[in-house]
Amino acid sequence: MATKLAPLTTSQAEPKLSKEEILRYSRHLIMPEVGMEGQLKLKQAKVLLVGTGGLGAPLGLYLAAAGVGRLGLVDFDVVDFTNLQRQVTFSTSDVGRAKLDAAKERLGNLNPEIQIDTYETRLTSANALDILRDFDIVVDGTDNFPTRYLVNDACVLLGKPNVYGSIFRFEGQATVFGYPGGPCYRCLYPEPPPPGLVPSCAEGGVLGVLPGIVGAIQATETIKLILGKGDALVGRLLVFDALAMRFRELKLRKNPDCPVCGEHRTITQLIDYEEFCGIRGEEAPAPATLVPEITPREVKARLDRGDDLFILDVREPHEYQICNLRGHLIPLGELPRRVHELDSSREIIAHCRSGKRSAEAVEFLRRAGFRKIWNLKGGILAWSDEVDPSLPKY
Amino acid sequence: MAVKVIIPTPLRPYANRQESVEFDARTVGEALAGLTTEYEELRKHLYTDDGKIRSFVNVYLNDEDIRYLQKENTQIKDGDTISIVPSIAGGSAAPAAGR
Repeated sequence: MATKLAPLTTSQAEPKLSKEEILRYSRHLIMPEVGMEGQLKLKQAKVLLVGTGGLGAPLGLYLAAAGVGRLGLVDFDVVDFTNLQRQVTFSTSDVGRAKLDAAKERLGNLNPEIQIDTYETRLTSANALDILRDFDIVVDGTDNFPTRYLVNDACVLLGKPNVYGSIFRFEGQATVFGYPGGPCYRCLYPEPPPPGLVPSCAEGGVLGVLPGIVGAIQATETIKLILGKGDALVGRLLVFDALAMRFRELKLRKNPDCPVCGEHRTITQLIDYEEFCGIRGEEAPAPATLVPEITPREVKARLDRGDDLFILDVREPHEYQICNLRGHLIPLGELPRRVHELDSSREIIAHCRSGKRSAEAVEFLRRAGFRKIWNLKGGILAWSDEVDPSLPKY
Repeated sequence: MAVKVIIPTPLRPYANRQESVEFDARTVGEALAGLTTEYEELRKHLYTDDGKIRSFVNVYLNDEDIRYLQKENTQIKDGDTISIVPSIAGGSAAPAAGR
């Protein structure tokens, strides 16, 4: 289904381009699909980017460069070293800065002709409608299910297009939700996965250029919506596999029974999205505290005394290659069928990166009859902090 | 009928890291049953305890969502492709809180 785009209507007085702007946008202006008319639409457009991370980087850069007159940025995070592999808005010198400060400076330098408004907050049911209301188009570049459902519902309630993109490892998805007559995120996925079934970040990670490609697709769709040119990615889900270097297009239909955009809608205001997604909050404590724990300092002291401790590493093999405590490697998922490799008469210290997976391993092994087993509190990250600072963190 | 089932990245760890698997099947349901028999661990990611396809997993026959065809009874033609497309949320940070 191809959805022919009609231009967004704006109520502002007709603006003009300055001499400097005409030079800056000349490659747009000499192209009939944009031209002066299109460039003025871009100048009048108001686009909100939710998230300034991996997807937000190309989005912010290209939309600012293209001359979108007002860009809103929502984020509350701080730049860290692990962001730099893909979040190309930020430089090494930005590490430790608020992402919004760094992004505003970078985009402002790229294009001083545009207005950049920042919202340093987590988007919530309490503030979403107020923040989104001022914008023509919302671009979803968040990294979690609660915010994605929140952005979707808020866009449907306000009647605003929601340019969607999401990524995992080397696979990405993109589409435009909330376009008049088109489907919304809930039409595609009525419910999020229960937290336990979401692939953990042990199996996660993301190819650094992937958000570049998916974010650039979102930027393209955003600009097309503003210009009212071409066929919008409405009613079509673009699925991209970078490893196979293949794009597939799947049909998306508006679900007549959709609870938020269907004929008999049951959701007419924003709800509690953490609850909807079965999450008690991002920092919810894992049941890790229920299993016996030991701190890295205690383990080090015992090893130094010559105690016979068996170190069990339950991470993945590629993590072992990054850094290790020379433990015996059995990935958590393989533990049930490799339990015979362990000697229950020895004292076992199980560890992973941060202590969550190894807590599951300890719980599993205790149920299997192991009694002399402890979870290394805080995992290899804590070992780096407390015992051996030369051990890399990841 | 020979049908190719494309396995999405998040589910590949449960299917011997394969990108796609070919099956002989008459319906989409048969092909998925073949898949989850061969890769037992996939079952809980695709189906609820009472055997329904999970609501965060969509199944497409070629480019059409089987919810708008005959669901799992949808007939397969030789050379068709089934895509399993789960929802993914990643965008900026590492997926989910680090562990």
